[in-house]
Amino acid sequence: MTTTPTESPEAATPPPGSGPAAKTAKAAKVPRGHRRLLTRRDRLTLGLMAGLPTILHVALVWVTAFASIALAFTTWDGIGFDSIKWVGFDNFKELFTNNPQFWPAVEHNIIWFVALILIPTPLGLFLAVQLDKQIRFSRVYQTAFFLPVVMSLAVIGFVWQLIYNPDTGLINSLIGANEPGHYIDWIGDPDLNLWAILIAASWRHAGYMMILYLAGLKGVDPSLREASALDGANEWQTFKNVIFPTLRPTNTVVLVVTIIEALRAFDLVFVFNKGAEGTELLSILVTNNIIGESSRIGYGSAIAVVLLVISLVVIIPYLIATFRKERRA
Amino acid sequence: MSTTVDTTAATAAPKERTPLRPARVLLHVFLAGMALAWLGPLLWALYAAMRPYGETSEKGYVSWPDKLSFDNFTNAFTQSDMTHYFLNTLIVAVPAVLVTLFLSSMVAFYVSRFDFRVNIFLLLVFTAGNLLPQQVIITPLYRLYLLIDLPGITMSGKLYDSALGLVLIHVAFQSGFCAFVLSNYMRSLPHELTEAALVDGASVWRLYWQIVLPLCKPAMAALGTLLSIWIYNDFFWALVLISTGENMPITSALNNLSGQYFTDPNLVAAGALLTAIPTLVVYFALQRQFVSGLTLGANKG
Repeated sequence: MTTTPTESPEAATPPPGSGPAAKTAKAAKVPRGHRRLLTRRDRLTLGLMAGLPTILHVALVWVTAFASIALAFTTWDGIGFDSIKWVGFDNFKELFTNNPQFWPAVEHNIIWFVALILIPTPLGLFLAVQLDKQIRFSRVYQTAFFLPVVMSLAVIGFVWQLIYNPDTGLINSLIGANEPGHYIDWIGDPDLNLWAILIAASWRHAGYMMILYLAGLKGVDPSLREASALDGANEWQTFKNVIFPTLRPTNTVVLVVTIIEALRAFDLVFVFNKGAEGTELLSILVTNNIIGESSRIGYGSAIAVVLLVISLVVIIPYLIATFRKERRA
Repeated sequence: MSTTVDTTAATAAPKERTPLRPARVLLHVFLAGMALAWLGPLLWALYAAMRPYGETSEKGYVSWPDKLSFDNFTNAFTQSDMTHYFLNTLIVAVPAVLVTLFLSSMVAFYVSRFDFRVNIFLLLVFTAGNLLPQQVIITPLYRLYLLIDLPGITMSGKLYDSALGLVLIHVAFQSGFCAFVLSNYMRSLPHELTEAALVDGASVWRLYWQIVLPLCKPAMAALGTLLSIWIYNDFFWALVLISTGENMPITSALNNLSGQYFTDPNLVAAGALLTAIPTLVVYFALQRQFVSGLTLGANKG
């Protein structure tokens, strides 16, 4: 799945322990059988087939990620490798104590995650549960809720500006705040803008979560539901005691996707106000350090390392749990 | 609420429509209201885009229209030479999607059919890489792209500011997700299939190209749809790795284009909606593929 990914940038989502159990067990034995039949040319082909994509991926994603870590302890002007100087933890010291944007950025990333997990995520689950009821027009409703997920965050940014714009936007026009002197500046005001952007982000996130939960609900055994109804449980009790516990794998995916989305948040803010006061994010700080006027490679890398460490704290346990379950299967 | 009865009735006899109950009607009203609210921002953008600027600046945006037309769309399209930017996207997206599918299916073939021990490690590397925020790697990547000289191969003479550079990073980044999904899919194919062919003396390449790959068509179609939309929607890579405004793909170019029609929000709305059209067309045409691609990763394939 971000991705969008992606997202895509969309957060991509590997399965929480998938892989048909019986076949996996068999697969562990068969390869030896395959192996013996291979000619030298076959081995070469196989090596290339696995090797080339791996080299490309490792070179562009992992080597650069590790380079981020290495560069974070240096200063470099980017011209010639001789000018790279080791400075120890100086970049981090400066970042933690001397950058007025850093701690607000961390705080905003956290707010982003908390807001997404508290509002659009339960909303998406709620919508999914309703739409899973074999209701008429279910597809039509799904299409409407899911539409924002398909569009790029840049386009979403522009669409929502038409709503938030102080003098021509929908909200201010409706409440009469579009006169000079009465402006409510949804995009510029540091007390408001993060929340305004989060509404747009939630608009998209709810549809994404709805689709993930719908897929999860499809996997719930209908006989469980029937048994619960026969026992006299009402709808809420059935959901709370029967359905929700069986959605555990989906909940894990949803949690990871939401954390990754919160760490990746960038496009929407950049289109809105380029991360001006009130909407600083770690991703924005890294980017501004590159495309801004004073590019400081070591310093920018230090911010990236903070982002990397937070991401890996989430990604690694999740993937290890996923793959371990798969191996056991 | 009596919806519990509703649910069980529906599961027991899905063909028979249960008579409308008040709870069901309420649910429809709620869902229809929500769906409309969800479409609201887009409909509002469409409304603004269809009105002439003169009229809205005089009467305000919340007003009854005198004239609705698609003039803003044609203007936005021609004024900013959108065809050019759509072509830029095409040059990046088509090779990126094809190469990603090709490379990740080869990795998936290898790990799902031949080496189960390397499998887990390799997949771990690929998937973890795909989950990283892009900003983690951008600083060194940007430097790397500036350092790599490709005189005569790309217009800029470097990997930086070239379509090739964009294709490469898309492929590298997205192949993680695709390899993961495809390897799960391939593992569910019967092993006798490839084994028999190997015994008959088929080469590994034939095994992959003529036996396994054709069976993966549904998964490839789903992933292809998903990738096309993701890569089309990419904003960040092109923003940093392309310096010439002219070379930007449409989604990233939108940022500059909106500056050109800065005084006219109606034109901005039209431009943004035009940019969204290709994704919407793909989505409506291939909705099933898209959704199954997205959930293929999150659930059992």
